[in-house]
Amino acid sequence: MCGIVGLFLKDKSLEPQLGAMLSQMLISLSDRGPDSAGIAIYGAPSKNEAKITIQSAKPERDFRGLEAELAKAIGTPVTIAVKSTHAVVRTTPAKIDEARETIQALRPDIRIMGAGDVVEIYKEVGLPEAVVDRFDVRKMTGTHGIGHTRMATESAVTTMGAHPFSTGADQCLVHNGSLSNHNNVRRELIREGMKFETENDTEVAAAYLSSQMAHGKNLGEALEGTLSDLDGFFTFVVGTKNGFGVVRDPIACKPAVMAETDQYVAFGSEYRALTKLPGIDNARVWEPEPATVYFWEH
Amino acid sequence: MPATTLSKTAAHDPRVFDLDQQSLRELNQALHNLAPGSNETAWEVLNPKGSHSVAVGVDQPVAIDVRGSVGYYCGGMNSGSTITVHGSAGPGVGENMMSGSITVKGDASQYAGATGKGGLLVIEGNASSRCGISMKGIDIVVHGNIGHMSAFMAQSGNLVVLGDAGDALGDSIYEARLFVRGKVDSLGADCIAKEMRAEHLDLLQGLLDRAGVTGVKSSEFKRYGSARTLYNFNIDNADAY
Repeated sequence: MCGIVGLFLKDKSLEPQLGAMLSQMLISLSDRGPDSAGIAIYGAPSKNEAKITIQSAKPERDFRGLEAELAKAIGTPVTIAVKSTHAVVRTTPAKIDEARETIQALRPDIRIMGAGDVVEIYKEVGLPEAVVDRFDVRKMTGTHGIGHTRMATESAVTTMGAHPFSTGADQCLVHNGSLSNHNNVRRELIREGMKFETENDTEVAAAYLSSQMAHGKNLGEALEGTLSDLDGFFTFVVGTKNGFGVVRDPIACKPAVMAETDQYVAFGSEYRALTKLPGIDNARVWEPEPATVYFWEH
Repeated sequence: MPATTLSKTAAHDPRVFDLDQQSLRELNQALHNLAPGSNETAWEVLNPKGSHSVAVGVDQPVAIDVRGSVGYYCGGMNSGSTITVHGSAGPGVGENMMSGSITVKGDASQYAGATGKGGLLVIEGNASSRCGISMKGIDIVVHGNIGHMSAFMAQSGNLVVLGDAGDALGDSIYEARLFVRGKVDSLGADCIAKEMRAEHLDLLQGLLDRAGVTGVKSSEFKRYGSARTLYNFNIDNADAY
């Protein structure tokens, strides 16, 4: 099964509530997948700052002293905010790639969840409510976000196998379904130079979109490509720095419902996820069509 | 008589279940506890908020008004009750219905009326993909459009669509009758357009009347059904297996 949600705010006055709204949406779908949960939040851009979300199974060992060591190694101030097993590393955008490589050299057990100017990604094994509480997601503010609660079918129940998957700066994806040609597509993307962290099919979809956008396509065009290049069942919800997109495969057996008002665009695997959103009774509610790309940009 | 009217004219006030206060299991258990001839003929369900399996397996001729949108399988296996969803329905509304009727005032998601053996399912909005898949005698009337792969392997019963139908309508269909007023994106394997004879016009008019459809003539529809070429194995196709 799996449950996926997404929320793209049009009304700035809702931004302080983004974390709370998205958390509630995800928790309402807990019985669609109890294995692991994750959420990506796109916060406000901050001048001259980019961030990397990192994760460790031994956070006390790996995060201790990392701030000073990293700052010294890359010769630029760094701040690290620890949240349970995750931490957000902030530094100047020009140094972000170097910081990422240095972190992995300094602490080989640390995993990179994602990086970019605005995105933060939190995911762990466990129910959505536990994951949301652990990372204090309800207090997070932002412009848009996506979330996932997983019933694993394709690969192991681990933190790295949880969604969202991020394979490019400020890009991430959640998926309900399973892909059948992911091994072939992964091989092609590796030849292009893409790097993979897992054997998971969804990571391939994320990397496919990152690759398409790196070749100059916009989010809508990249999503269009999934319809011909990816084989299997999928409903994807995708976030980029300023965009939000949805696409379903032509068979469209994975459920999806969307709602739009003047204040937001929302996605849920089921209507249950949308029932507590403001003004939902007067929202335009519809089921996204098969093989049809929907996307919004700020 | 529509359920909304019925609940007002019932001998007793409707029995109200508020799913914000009471559990779905309490509602369904109370409905299953109904004995034949019970005076509790009118029921109202508040705050469904996308709940799954609202009023499944009801087997008494009561009227149930659901005030809001429901999730999966609303009214599944219905036997004799009259259910009205004053909102939209998630996947599998009326799945395996035996008799009675279900009216959805809004839209319905995937596989509405799947495998239904009898009764009447009316969708006043649009239905999604696989509407009436494997239907076995149910009558389905959709005021709007239906999605792709509808009436896949439909065995008997009638599917009436006032709007358009998506791709692969009636793929591998047996003896169900499909009536579509608008355009059909494509027909599935072994499904063909058929002549609309007087008996079909009468049958369709009866269905439109039962579904409360007015201002639409049965002559505006085209009929589709099985070409019956897949009924028997053809040795020339052996290589395909």
